[in-house]
Amino acid sequence: MSYLTDRKRVAGLGVAKNGVEHWVSQRMTAVALIPLSLLFIFPFMGALGSGYDAVIATYTHPGNALVALMFFTVLFRHHRLGLQVVIEDYIHNHRRQVQLLILNTLVWRAAGFTALFAIAKIAFTAT
Amino acid sequence: MVELTLPKNSRVVTGKTWPKPAGATNIRKFSIYRWSPDDTDNPRVDAYFVDMDTCGPMVLDALIKIKTEIDPTLTFRRSCREGICGSCAMNIDGINSLACIYGMDEIKGDVKIYPLPHMPIVKDLIPDLTHFYAQHASIMPWLETKTNSPAKEWKQTIEDRKKLDGLYECVMCACCSTSCPSYWWNSDRYLGPAALLHAYRWIIDSRDEATGERLDELNDPFKLYRCHTIMNCAQTCPKGLNPAKAISEIKKMMVERTI
Repeated sequence: MSYLTDRKRVAGLGVAKNGVEHWVSQRMTAVALIPLSLLFIFPFMGALGSGYDAVIATYTHPGNALVALMFFTVLFRHHRLGLQVVIEDYIHNHRRQVQLLILNTLVWRAAGFTALFAIAKIAFTAT
Repeated sequence: MVELTLPKNSRVVTGKTWPKPAGATNIRKFSIYRWSPDDTDNPRVDAYFVDMDTCGPMVLDALIKIKTEIDPTLTFRRSCREGICGSCAMNIDGINSLACIYGMDEIKGDVKIYPLPHMPIVKDLIPDLTHFYAQHASIMPWLETKTNSPAKEWKQTIEDRKKLDGLYECVMCACCSTSCPSYWWNSDRYLGPAALLHAYRWIIDSRDEATGERLDELNDPFKLYRCHTIMNCAQTCPKGLNPAKAISEIKKMMVERTI
């Protein structure tokens, strides 16, 4: 509690001058995920449980590898943007909020890079 | 974390049951939230019984009757009694509305009346709207121009004037903002549906010359983008307006000016 005027309380630290990029990005990734999930799921279901050689064969195909790559990068980006909003909405301890926002970024970026590396490894090293 | 339970001294307890009116045959029960800053008691819900044969049709009629005939300490705001001043906004039968234009025939069973949700309470059904009004003031709710004022008037076509319909009718009763979960959790930084509807009303006014500055002022993850299109605002508005639509129009304009 302190003696702040009502307008001072509303103004806070001012306008962040960003927010529109986050909003657009979240919607663009959501729309992109509709075709990408469909394109990803069919070859994935085909390869699922069909043995090592079949999986390698599926993901050495450049089309499948590329779709899988785009699917995971877009998915994890969408996931990060969405969870960021949840954290901002519900975590009101500022210190904890910042910690979680950093963790959120690191986890989903790491997940994205892991997917990227795994797909590239299959696509480029298998003969 | 968001607090999902009330602090100990805010828990609502059962209050006093007031006597039924003698000789009345058409009685209705009213459960009304009471809290006074003058004692240390918890908030309570008092039960009143009103003779409906001698009462007007609106919730406000019953509240005035209770205050006049049963309990003069019951405290609430009211003024115009015809839905134009926005004073008597409260939570009636689970929905935020104006008591003066909410007919009791629309309510089944007992009438439950609480103050607007998630606001600091001054007394009984009166919420403290200081912050809400300051948020409205922060969006510059006036015509902002740079061109010298014309000798007679700022002209506007009939089509451009029509764009303000569904916006200018807002009476700032705060029903929408206090129905919005995002406003409950983050009202310190989120402007809320009412202030944003007013912001849009000036953004699309053809006579206003500060459109860019107005949009600049809203480009913020909290001030504008805490709106997650929950739509409680549009559902609860006693004037039938749609703040959610106004907010989505602002979001569209934000994108439009970057591409």
